[in-house]
Amino acid sequence: MTQKQWLTSARTPGLVLALSLFGATVQAEEPIKVGVLHSLSGTMAISETTLKDTIEMLVAEQNAKGGVLGRPLEAVVVDPASDWPLFAERTRQLLEQDQVDVIFGVWTSVARKSVLPVVEELNGILFYPVQYEGEESSRNIFYTGAAPNQQAIPAVDYLMNEYGIERWVLAGTDYVYPRTTNRILEAYLKANGVADEDIMINYTPFGHADWQSIVAEIKRFGEQGKATAVVSTINGDANVPFYRELGNQGMSAEDIPVIAFSVGEEELSGMDTRPLVGHLAAWNYFMSVDTPENAEFIGKWHDFIGDTNRVTNDPMEAHYIGFNMWVQAVEDAGTTDVDTVIDALKGVTVPNLTGGMAEMLVNHHITKPVLIGEIQEDGQFLVVWQTDDLIAGDAWSPHLPGSRDIIADWTPPISCGNFNTVTQTCSGQDY
Amino acid sequence: MAVWLLIAGGSLHAETQAFGLEMPAADLTAETITPAVPVIAQADPYTGDMIDPSLLGNDPEAAELEAAATEDELMEEAVYEGLEETSADVDLLIQRLPEGSFNDRRAVAEELAATGDPRVPVVLTALVEGRLLATGDDPPRILIRAETGRAGRDALTGEPVDADLIASGRRIPVHNPLRNALRNLIAVATIAAPDPERRAASLRRLMRDDVSPDMLTYLDERVELETDPRVTDLLLTVRALARLNVDDPEQRIESIALLRGSLLSEVRVRLEATATRDDDPEVRDAARDALDSIESRIRFFRFTENLFFGLSAGSVLLLAAIGLAITFGVMGVINMAHGELIMIGAYTTWFIQTLIPEALSTSILLAIPAAFVVAGIVGIAMERGVIQFLYGRPLETLLATFGISLILQQAVRTMFSPLNRPVASPEWLSGSLYVNPILSLTWSRIYILVFAIMVFVALLLVMKKTSLGLKVRAVAQNRPMARALGVRTGWVDALTFGLGAGIAGVAGVALSQLTNVGPNMGQAYIIDSFMVVVFGGVGNLWGTLVGAMGLGMMTKFLEPHTGAVLAKILVLIFIILFIQRRPRGLFPKKGRAAEA
Repeated sequence: MTQKQWLTSARTPGLVLALSLFGATVQAEEPIKVGVLHSLSGTMAISETTLKDTIEMLVAEQNAKGGVLGRPLEAVVVDPASDWPLFAERTRQLLEQDQVDVIFGVWTSVARKSVLPVVEELNGILFYPVQYEGEESSRNIFYTGAAPNQQAIPAVDYLMNEYGIERWVLAGTDYVYPRTTNRILEAYLKANGVADEDIMINYTPFGHADWQSIVAEIKRFGEQGKATAVVSTINGDANVPFYRELGNQGMSAEDIPVIAFSVGEEELSGMDTRPLVGHLAAWNYFMSVDTPENAEFIGKWHDFIGDTNRVTNDPMEAHYIGFNMWVQAVEDAGTTDVDTVIDALKGVTVPNLTGGMAEMLVNHHITKPVLIGEIQEDGQFLVVWQTDDLIAGDAWSPHLPGSRDIIADWTPPISCGNFNTVTQTCSGQDY
Repeated sequence: MAVWLLIAGGSLHAETQAFGLEMPAADLTAETITPAVPVIAQADPYTGDMIDPSLLGNDPEAAELEAAATEDELMEEAVYEGLEETSADVDLLIQRLPEGSFNDRRAVAEELAATGDPRVPVVLTALVEGRLLATGDDPPRILIRAETGRAGRDALTGEPVDADLIASGRRIPVHNPLRNALRNLIAVATIAAPDPERRAASLRRLMRDDVSPDMLTYLDERVELETDPRVTDLLLTVRALARLNVDDPEQRIESIALLRGSLLSEVRVRLEATATRDDDPEVRDAARDALDSIESRIRFFRFTENLFFGLSAGSVLLLAAIGLAITFGVMGVINMAHGELIMIGAYTTWFIQTLIPEALSTSILLAIPAAFVVAGIVGIAMERGVIQFLYGRPLETLLATFGISLILQQAVRTMFSPLNRPVASPEWLSGSLYVNPILSLTWSRIYILVFAIMVFVALLLVMKKTSLGLKVRAVAQNRPMARALGVRTGWVDALTFGLGAGIAGVAGVALSQLTNVGPNMGQAYIIDSFMVVVFGGVGNLWGTLVGAMGLGMMTKFLEPHTGAVLAKILVLIFIILFIQRRPRGLFPKKGRAAEA
């Protein structure tokens, strides 16, 4: 007889009460289902597997604390296999078949765009943990990663002020995140008086491996007597050959620093870090941040994964924040009902891992500190700069002509993800 | 290859005549190869006396020191042994280094440099390199960790300290702007260092900023005293740059003439500034003229550089495709798992490197035969297990091998994790061969080019000169006849496939030095490999060579004009059109075998 059967057969109220004192009622209640939508195979498995583990760890931890609303949590893990249409199908499966109450998942922007109509149609909740290009705000999605103004813009400011950079190379992989980010950065740089000829924009295909000519070109671009930096939105696999080529062609971080938005601890653990030492990355969290919360989180992660060599990174922190926000909103609302929880999530404040508090804003983005780190030989970052205050995430960039007048506000009376403040209309498109 | 070396050699020679700068600058490049070991690492042999320019007369003595001054530790030794009385003020300043922000540290370093204390360059160098540690005591003890080993010394007294104390010290943090500032301070302090490489490095540093004419008298003195011809050249360049700022236009034109041959980017920038901003039109013209002559030389070197990039891109294509030239070209098997065999080779490299992490060179050399064997065995297993039942059914072979490729990828993901594996490069595979300030060729690419040619030649010999090669060709040309003559065709098939797979594995070893080692790495090469083999002509090894080099060149000459994305598309379109015209590729098989 399983415990559950045994419990249901135990009709004596006194016995149930006695058991509840031992926290066993958790087992008695119907579990709350938490969907995990991360690729476990295919090209994105490299980044997303860790996030699946993170949510499983957080779920286990919450259950050890007694679950939520006295009910246990149950993680429902599906594998969208790095296949964008499959992301939409798996979302449908999670919401219709498995009837999950919340979904944590998705990495790439293209996957998010394919999931978005499904979560809106079936009225689900998705927590999206990755830094992204902005220009989006859905009622059903909560963006716990950085918007461009929480990563790219402060990084450029830092280089301008601390390094006195005058010439800029915007190098990226050819897809939506780098293209939008670079569009925002280009507009921002020009607004700050950078001339056209001092900006070089370069796109490369996914997994680009032969960087010889491009690095040579960057080198020439940087030899014009003005301080030059590379702002890199180069994604994933292309980074290893890129940094190797930089090292081999003798470009050091002191001459032409590279600041990356997609290179974190996890990526560094799979690289020979020697050619990267001294180069920079901008994130909202680093594993090396010295706070008690972070030490506790790292300890738990190592216990859960059973390997003290594993690292933590920024999207993991985003999931940690998102998960705690959802738990708190459910407890505040006293129900897992989607509409009630969406309303309860606004204004929820939970601690982040860098010693501050993250608040869920009305545009479904959160407040974050911005940190700049220098890559060290051991694959960790030395924090060289951080913002004094938390920065509120902008769903719509004020630096782009198309989105300057648009705001997202999911509270009445606006209740819209793309409200034009000039025409006072909500365009109501699917984004 | 020979042509290429000739070009490199020729330009080197030309450069020597024009401006004998390559040696010191070559060393500079070598130093910046591995950012992990910062620029100063190789050469900080200098004593305290170089700080005061009035002590320049010490040079003969310093030159004696130079012979022994090959190791940093020796030089630290020299500084601390010569230390008689230490100034308490300087001690206090050094102890203040761990405090405060990066900017505070910079202010303290500037104060330190101004004291002229002999310990300062040693301490600042250790700080730049991240070897300066502070203990938690109050006031903190400042320690210098030795470059090798775990011991070190006290920064104030120079007394050796043991590894335990060093381990307890916290590294004093530095960041790039601070490092740059420190290097400038060190450069000023080492302009008359006993070691010519140090002096050269210091001058290169000075060149970056506008050199003030106030320095001219001092530079004149240095030119008189300088014994090393390479450093003299640099000094003359710096002096010419300083003279660009003097009032007399004649002198400015003279110094422009002197700068004419230089390829250094600092010189170009200054000439450009003179050409646009100088008050005197004659000076402007002279500068413009000098710039034009420099530009035309640069164009030549750029072309050479592009040629090299093309050859190197071609060599990577050749390595990736050559195994496929056997399995697809000779045997006719559409092997979609070819990329995964490359991946297995790369993982073998990583595995051997984790077994012997301290011997990088040995592990790479060991990995070559090991990857051949491992990938070869996997290939033979594939052939015996699946492919042999599908000969003559290309569509089914394609699907089956595609399935195998997915199985292999996921197997690696499950066995090792989906994360990339770090494969380190040994010293001789990093950095670049310095020809002149415009042209330097990365060693890893040079070695891979040579390696690809070696593999190609070896494979050619196997096919033409061995009995296995004979049988392979016989089976490929006419299977029933070969069998009738007593060739065990099944066994030959297995070995041929194994050979192709093994060579794919060897390619994986080379590629692990250029790119990621991860479960997906094979997919990046499969399309390129098929492209090369089809373009070159199925069944022809020479075709593969020409095809790979041709496509590599084409990509690299397109890239600067079109960007990487469009270049890739254009090459693909070219191949599609080419195959329309010549469906059998560049070098089609001729005669009866072609119909088989």
